[in-house]
Amino acid sequence: MPSGLALLAFLLVAVAMAGTLLVVSMILRVVSTRNEPLKKQTYECGEVPSGLAWVRFHARYYVVALFFVLFDIETAFLLPWATIVREAGAGGLVAVGSFVVVLMLGWVWATRKGALQWQ
Amino acid sequence: MNEFVRGGLYGGGIIVGIMSSLLFVLWAERKMAARMQSRIGPNIIDPTGFLQAMSDVLKLLQKEDIIPEKADRALFNLAPVFGAAAALAVAAVVPFSASIVGADLDVGVLYLLAVGAVSVLPVFAAGWGSNNKFALLGAMRAIAQSVSYEVPLVLAALVPVMLAGSMKVSDIVAWQASHHWLVVWPFFLGVPAFVLFMLAMLAESNRIPFDIPEAESELVAGITTEYSGMKFGLFYMTEYLHTVIASAVAASLFLGGFDGPGGPGIWWMVIKTFVLVVAIYWLRWSLLRFRSDQLMALCWRWLVPSGVVLVVATALWVVFAA
Repeated sequence: MPSGLALLAFLLVAVAMAGTLLVVSMILRVVSTRNEPLKKQTYECGEVPSGLAWVRFHARYYVVALFFVLFDIETAFLLPWATIVREAGAGGLVAVGSFVVVLMLGWVWATRKGALQWQ
Repeated sequence: MNEFVRGGLYGGGIIVGIMSSLLFVLWAERKMAARMQSRIGPNIIDPTGFLQAMSDVLKLLQKEDIIPEKADRALFNLAPVFGAAAALAVAAVVPFSASIVGADLDVGVLYLLAVGAVSVLPVFAAGWGSNNKFALLGAMRAIAQSVSYEVPLVLAALVPVMLAGSMKVSDIVAWQASHHWLVVWPFFLGVPAFVLFMLAMLAESNRIPFDIPEAESELVAGITTEYSGMKFGLFYMTEYLHTVIASAVAASLFLGGFDGPGGPGIWWMVIKTFVLVVAIYWLRWSLLRFRSDQLMALCWRWLVPSGVVLVVATALWVVFAA
């Protein structure tokens, strides 16, 4: 696949370009010679930091991630069909339509349950 | 190997072009913001203020690099590089003219949506790696927002794919050149899809009115709280990159790309992209930001169903009318 190689080259250039900026800054930047432990502390508005930030998170983020996976799989099914809508014709439309209807029934149910409400 | 070299050369050209256009975008935004707030804007270094953008880049390059001792160093250092690279990677499939394109993939639209979704990983790496509460909160919000708005983004991008019958971005541009620009005809599909795409794109790139992840009044600076020097500069640049590249994608998918009156050419792409960028910054300096729950409600309760309706309507149009 020829354009795959071109893409690989493009991605390498993109990473290299971003990395170059850091390397240039490594050459140009000032380096403090004094050792100041306070400078390396985590920023918490000037207070002494309390504990680590690696904590557990609210479950509503999990629900959002689940919905994302759900709808992303839906679009993964829709994308191949989208390129042949005309060829697939009315039959394809009915097939995809019934799939979308089932999905949106789930969406209606989730909305009723308040799963998409962030209060 | 030939293809590899060609991709590298074109990629280098496109990436350097985009990165240098950022200086101009930065200058334009500052001047425009100043005018909108009845200020003059930067004018000390030189009368036009253009050198101010360059001097700021130079300043960021010279700044001391502070890594918090509690941070996860690998994640902390890699996140800005991969954030910028992921933003740039989207530009690979965008045709800037008939010949200037990094890699014209057959699955171009799928690729740019996928790479757009990957850009949440560097954000989370930065938030988690900083080991800072503000950064982690900002990262979680950014991810919730980006993955949610990914869905309407994909649905909006399906509309040009269905009409053109191809996922190749240059095919979509060619289809628009031989028919009409998507926002012109069929406008009842093109205009809503374009608006939906731009809204979702604004949210994906965390711009106002969707910039909760970096709401400075509550989260200090979100994921960039612990970053200094050029690593902060890379995050700053990534934000501008997202805006410029997403505008270029929207211009290709909905506004006819490099095609225009008087023949196709790269100048059309530049003009269209710049008009969209200006529109985004106009919004940025005019609107307030949403609350987190309003943002999620807008996406899941309004944008997703309207995207689905739009896709079904487009399918009906393609099968029965066009």
